[in-house]
Amino acid sequence: MTALEIRDLDVWFGHAHDRVDAVKGANLSVMQGESFGLVGESGSGKSTILRAITGLAPQWSGTIEVEGQTLSGAKRDRAFFRTVQMVFQDPYASLHPRHTVDQVLSETLHLHGLDNIDKRVAGLLDDVGLGQRFRFRYPHQLSGGQRQRVAIARALAGEPDILLLDEPTSALDVSVQAEVLNLLADLRTKHGLTYLMVSHDLPVIAHMCDQLAVMRNGEIVEVMSSATLRMGNPRHEYSQELLRASVAPQ
Amino acid sequence: MSLLDIEDLWVRFPTRQGVFDAVRGVSFSLGRERLGIVGESGSGKSMTGRAILRLIRKPGIVEASHVNLEGRDLLKLSEREMREVRGKQISMVMQDPKFSLNPVVTVGEQLMEAYLQHNSGSKSRARKMAIEMLENVSIRDAERVMRAYPHEVSGGMGQRIMIAMMLIPNPKILIADEPTSALDVSVQRQVLNIMDGLVKERGMGLIFISHDLNLVSEFCDRVLIMYSGRIVEVCEANKLHQAQHPYTQGLLNSLPRLDDKRTHLSVLTRDPSWSNAPSVRG
Repeated sequence: MTALEIRDLDVWFGHAHDRVDAVKGANLSVMQGESFGLVGESGSGKSTILRAITGLAPQWSGTIEVEGQTLSGAKRDRAFFRTVQMVFQDPYASLHPRHTVDQVLSETLHLHGLDNIDKRVAGLLDDVGLGQRFRFRYPHQLSGGQRQRVAIARALAGEPDILLLDEPTSALDVSVQAEVLNLLADLRTKHGLTYLMVSHDLPVIAHMCDQLAVMRNGEIVEVMSSATLRMGNPRHEYSQELLRASVAPQ
Repeated sequence: MSLLDIEDLWVRFPTRQGVFDAVRGVSFSLGRERLGIVGESGSGKSMTGRAILRLIRKPGIVEASHVNLEGRDLLKLSEREMREVRGKQISMVMQDPKFSLNPVVTVGEQLMEAYLQHNSGSKSRARKMAIEMLENVSIRDAERVMRAYPHEVSGGMGQRIMIAMMLIPNPKILIADEPTSALDVSVQRQVLNIMDGLVKERGMGLIFISHDLNLVSEFCDRVLIMYSGRIVEVCEANKLHQAQHPYTQGLLNSLPRLDDKRTHLSVLTRDPSWSNAPSVRG
């Protein structure tokens, strides 16, 4: 079954002569349980695709289907947010500085209309490997990796099927990145999640994803399997260029 | 002769729980070379860079036997003399352009100010230099970027603007603190190549602070590896992959690799003895 289907997606900002076309005619389809990567440089439109899906980029045209449901405009209903959740790049910016971990998660659970909040908060913390002693801490009492775990717990609160991961580890140290990527991989297996992951880091995408799309200037130039990338066999010239740039010359 | 010589540098922050030592007795010297400082966040690498320029804000304390720039101890200079050193002698590219650029002044004006601060010349000359510098950091549309405000440029472009701004006064030493962490892989090398070219061409010294081991091994001559405020290992950059210290090895192993497929990445296990071992001289 297709979890996410995007056809002829255009996303733009501004209007008239200030109009910037951030995504141009993007097509992609992510099967349920699959992990799909979007790579490209900054400004290539990879994050904008995620933002269009979640309604954060209101000006778009084309078709976005989430589990068979066609989306329109920028309004998303409650059911959508129970299906799709997003993890942002910067855990420092995406958590409320004056809310404890408990408040962050409880409020999210409440907004999803769930009961048994106390038990669920405890479960979420265990799920992301934080444990109960972090429950009443504020974001500034957590390290970057721990904060990102809280952000992941918050995304998982509504038991979504699809996670949109926008550079989830690029603000983290490599040793912490390894821990968070391992966590994300485990969670995907455990909950049967579908990932759409944005990163500029080819090795990270190759590690996490089965398939990936390479973007440039708002267009998807190539869709390939991670195996193809690992073997160093992308077809498109630009993908080869990206690959060369991310492998240090020996 | 070395450009910069640092002996027993400490950076301390008094807190309610006692004094926190961010840098603990670091010694190294920098010639006309590219010196890399790698480590994770909290290892003291950025604090080391800032302490050289005396940019540690109170109540933070910088102590050292000496921080000599061509024989002159920077810690003994007045704040006024220090202002002459910053920018003109030693310049620094900081981590995040969002906080380094003035949000209410156009990019062009900021670049021209950086030039005019340390050089006498007309505004039109400053403008010409600014545009040239922007082109040097591979900004294609320099004229438009000159008119733009910082929020109108991408993070990657912002960092290139910062690099341009820091190189305009033509300093002897450039301290680059994670200069390309916000840039795309394809531009990283391009920008580092520009920095590299300048370092060689002008006989500058470069302190390249980064968490990216691969980039450092590629663009530096020597690398200091820092852990909890001390240098745990010093090695030739091209021999980084044969590093001996378990911390360095652990960092290298936690990176996902295209040529090595595995389900789980190896996670670094920290040994308390690493932070207790004496600092290595670099």
